[in-house]
Amino acid sequence: MFNFVAMQVENDVKQMEEQFQAKIDADIRIEPRDWMPEKYRKTLIRQMSQHAHSEVVGMLPEANWITRAPSLRRKVALLAKVQDEAGHGLYLYSACETLGADREETIDDLHSGKAKYSSIFNYPTITWADIGAIGWLVDGAAIVNQVALQKTSYGPYARAMVKICKEESFHQRQGYEIITVLANGTPAQKAMAQDALNRWWWPSLMMFGPTDADSPNTQQSMAWRIKRHTNDELRQMFIDATVKQAEVAGLTIPDKDLKWNEERGHYDFGEIDWEEFYNVIKGNGPCNKQRIEARRKAKEEGMWVREAAMAYAEKQKSKVKAA
Amino acid sequence: MSEIKKEWPLWEVFIRSKQGLSHKHVGSLRAADAKMAIENARDVYTRRSEGISIWVVESVNVHASNPTEQGPMFEPSDDKVYRHPTFYEVPEGVGHM
Repeated sequence: MFNFVAMQVENDVKQMEEQFQAKIDADIRIEPRDWMPEKYRKTLIRQMSQHAHSEVVGMLPEANWITRAPSLRRKVALLAKVQDEAGHGLYLYSACETLGADREETIDDLHSGKAKYSSIFNYPTITWADIGAIGWLVDGAAIVNQVALQKTSYGPYARAMVKICKEESFHQRQGYEIITVLANGTPAQKAMAQDALNRWWWPSLMMFGPTDADSPNTQQSMAWRIKRHTNDELRQMFIDATVKQAEVAGLTIPDKDLKWNEERGHYDFGEIDWEEFYNVIKGNGPCNKQRIEARRKAKEEGMWVREAAMAYAEKQKSKVKAA
Repeated sequence: MSEIKKEWPLWEVFIRSKQGLSHKHVGSLRAADAKMAIENARDVYTRRSEGISIWVVESVNVHASNPTEQGPMFEPSDDKVYRHPTFYEVPEGVGHM
């Protein structure tokens, strides 16, 4: 009898999994309360929370330059951009919550090192040109990834991406403007722009993650249409789009193997230093400790404010009841 | 540090994008009370003039139909074609009706 029940449950799950995959294959979006395989839920929470953490940690290298932006025009743009990143983090944390992830636990996982964020934000912003390079390259790479994710199978994630993409296009343009103005400035300014490109180019390519051959989760994520393109496809799209932009700015991409391949219809490019990538992910990048420390400090030092706001809200509520 | 875990409650945000249109769900956020929820919604969801009016509702107060009962719930109306104007034939020449 018991065996029969167990078998029945197993069959039911199998049937639900088949129905789920059929929905995915028909490009029907999955919504929060729909049945989904546990692994789909977990994969999404992992990916969306990593994405959220990247938005939030990504504010730190840029915020470093807000007080030193060279003009008011640059300062308001940078402030608005950093504020956008905070908003993007929030959309994504909210999307995680629709799957039952606890907000506070999600954030604590970042602080404990259990959760990851984009390795690019562990590099320092040492000159003003770095702010240009981040907008141009880092946001440029993020946009390629996020445009693809607008069609991801999970509804709240896809909707967050639509909004984020709309907002990010200004980010890339403001960065590229900074770079082109520097590149057309004095020789020292041009050198500064080139130096930023030299330092940010390869880490930007790493943002798309390991090559397809070394990305074991890609196949399942593609089958579930969480991912719509592989890491290598997205990386190629980014390179193809960016080469011309560097040419127009009069800057040189630091890759001697970079050249147009007529046959493929794409640019060939040199070998990425994956050892550096894994090393930074493991926590050994130039700024990993500093970034996590800043986030932890923000949470701890803001705690009394959050508690006071809650206490005030409760007091107001009891006053209304008493009246 | 308090022992009790006190996360701010979750709120659903609805925005009227312009006069004449209804409020539409845009997402959610956490806030201590309704006033803060509206202010945060302003900062998070209307940074580019996306709205002229905001509603916030505590998420616990939203009651929803069950997605697994989608069929029995909504299918009964699928075969009632007579509820649509195209079900009815009108003679030619009568024009738009």
